[in-house]
Amino acid sequence: MIDYFVYFVLAAYFGATALWLAFFLIQRESLCRYGAWVLAAGLAAHTLVLIQRTWASGYLPVAVFGEALLLFDWVLVAAFLILNWRYPIRVLGALVAPLAALLVYGSLILPQGQAGVISPLLRGFWLTAHIGLTLGGYAALTLNFLGGIFYLIQERQLKAKKFGFFYRRLPSLSQLDTLNYWCLTIGFPLFTGGIITGSLYAQHTLGRFWSWDPKEVLTLIAWLIYAVLLHERLTVGWRGRRASWLAIMGFLVLAVTFVGANLWISGYHSFSKFVQP
Amino acid sequence: MNLLLVGVNHKTAAVGLRERLAGLIPNLEAAYRSLKTFPEIAEIILYGTCNRVEFLCVAAEPAEALDRLRAFLSRDPEVAPAELEESLYVHQGPEAVRHLFRVAASLDSMVLGEPQILGQIKEAYRQATEHQATGPILNRLLHKTFSVAKRVRTETGIGDHAVSVSYAAVSLARKIFGELTGMTVLLVGAGEMAELALEHLRGQKVGRIVVANRTLERGLRLAERYRGEAVSLEELEAQLLSTDILISSTGSETYLLQRDQVKAAMRRRKQRPLFLIDIAVPRDLDPAINDLDNVYLYNIDDLQEVVEQGWQRRQQEAARAERLVAAETVKFEDWLQTLEVYPTIIALREKAGAISQAELKKTLGQLGPVSEEQLLALEVLLNSVTQKLLHDPIIFLKRDHSMKKSPHRELDLVRRLFNLDLDRETEETEEED
Repeated sequence: MIDYFVYFVLAAYFGATALWLAFFLIQRESLCRYGAWVLAAGLAAHTLVLIQRTWASGYLPVAVFGEALLLFDWVLVAAFLILNWRYPIRVLGALVAPLAALLVYGSLILPQGQAGVISPLLRGFWLTAHIGLTLGGYAALTLNFLGGIFYLIQERQLKAKKFGFFYRRLPSLSQLDTLNYWCLTIGFPLFTGGIITGSLYAQHTLGRFWSWDPKEVLTLIAWLIYAVLLHERLTVGWRGRRASWLAIMGFLVLAVTFVGANLWISGYHSFSKFVQP
Repeated sequence: MNLLLVGVNHKTAAVGLRERLAGLIPNLEAAYRSLKTFPEIAEIILYGTCNRVEFLCVAAEPAEALDRLRAFLSRDPEVAPAELEESLYVHQGPEAVRHLFRVAASLDSMVLGEPQILGQIKEAYRQATEHQATGPILNRLLHKTFSVAKRVRTETGIGDHAVSVSYAAVSLARKIFGELTGMTVLLVGAGEMAELALEHLRGQKVGRIVVANRTLERGLRLAERYRGEAVSLEELEAQLLSTDILISSTGSETYLLQRDQVKAAMRRRKQRPLFLIDIAVPRDLDPAINDLDNVYLYNIDDLQEVVEQGWQRRQQEAARAERLVAAETVKFEDWLQTLEVYPTIIALREKAGAISQAELKKTLGQLGPVSEEQLLALEVLLNSVTQKLLHDPIIFLKRDHSMKKSPHRELDLVRRLFNLDLDRETEETEEED
């Protein structure tokens, strides 16, 4: 029964994608309003799916990569809807909605690990805090990444003095930069909090704060990139093009951390280690 | 009943004639008073924009109404009938609807996509309703016009592309800074185009205005005119720190600002974006400045290029807008067709029939098994109730309205009373926001 909900979520996110792309093309205000509602409906169903899975297994559903993807997607959509409500940069939906849809799709085609006992490591408050903070940080930094892409496109047009398809449809540079700054100032502390709670938990369970596991190393690199970005923004006023490039770099490292480290590199942090046969 | 539109515009009439006809507008009271006495004209609105004066009316006999309007227009002794005859254009039926939509959406303007026209028509409509000159058809048509014009504006972006150098500067500034409220503008030197750009920026509620001039006296005079501050040209570099938008237009033979000076200033500004507009020939600002991050330098050629592109885009957008207008014209015509006696009677009967059938079905569901005779009796009962209820409204509709000046008032009332136009409510709320 609850599995049908996943398909409903998928359909809702794809529907929102269609609405938002149509809005991007023909700029009819009502389309993105509907888009937000459809996305919200999808999020509601998404919430039910996650609650059911947590209820059924007794764990936050993060033991399998597909599940973690689904949880991350939920945080991303929720973060976007909050952003869209407080600081509407409507065109952002044209990137977030398809990404959300693809993530649900990805979680469906990835192997669903049902057999086996879930590692006892995946229990406890600190771990939930670690996952929640990290995914919250990821979501904000993903929005920062998407905003950075829009910024670079718009900046390119203003500098080259050639105004194409995007010029009219994208908001002003200052709005995009403000968006990026907000996402960074929210995302970075969450991400940092995720790392700290994670290492506290590791100390508690494994007896050491840091294991130099591939996922941890990549995370550290991403964290350093974002730390430099935030520092430069605050002290010498880095913004715009450079800030966007750095945000994109940071995100790519994060993506490798989240996806690559789980699929190709093996370490105790990999999802394959969470389910014991 | 037919829609009739007559008028003159910048393409058909010389400015002299337009001026004299536009002279009617300040004296609307008298104009509407005499227009309303014409028995041929059921509803009328007259509106003028910068480049046109038009009359739109609903008339039973368009030919006679046209003669009336011609006579009305040539009452002014200074209007030569021959000139009027030559300049006047006449549109009827769907053409009149389309013409009004195009005018309001600014597809018929000298400057394609200019924003003022819609406001002028809204004001004219307000006046017309105040003088009780419009009726159900024009009311609906004008509301429709406002929503069409709004859709054209938001969906095609016909007004988004700047078509004058001074406005191009403003629209670029808005793409860099978003809202321009509170921005500081520095005007270096003076000149017609620079001052025009400054005027446009003031329209966007910029904050501080600073004027730098070679001669302090002239600078002071300009500063006074724009309620700004005057500084000397030597302070230019220091002023860069607090400026957001700089408009330069001096007669200087050398660059006033070099790349390195701006680079240093940017560091001290903590990279806050800077928009430099150089409309001087020869140029005032080193073109290499544009290579710096967060600095946007546009010279006069760049701006002219923006304007050129703006024109092209507006032309492209206009084609899309025309399609939208054509579709809406057809929709309006469809509605107008239903505003006749027989379609209205049919719609009434259909509605009553649909309600009876639905209620019958519900009741049968609750009654359980009924015999054939009982079912027949129920149907007869329902039928006679609806027939008798509809009898009087239908008699009312069938009475000969053609003798009356405005038969559409009754028709419109009946359609509203029985809610026969389902799309109507949504349309009117849409128009309001």
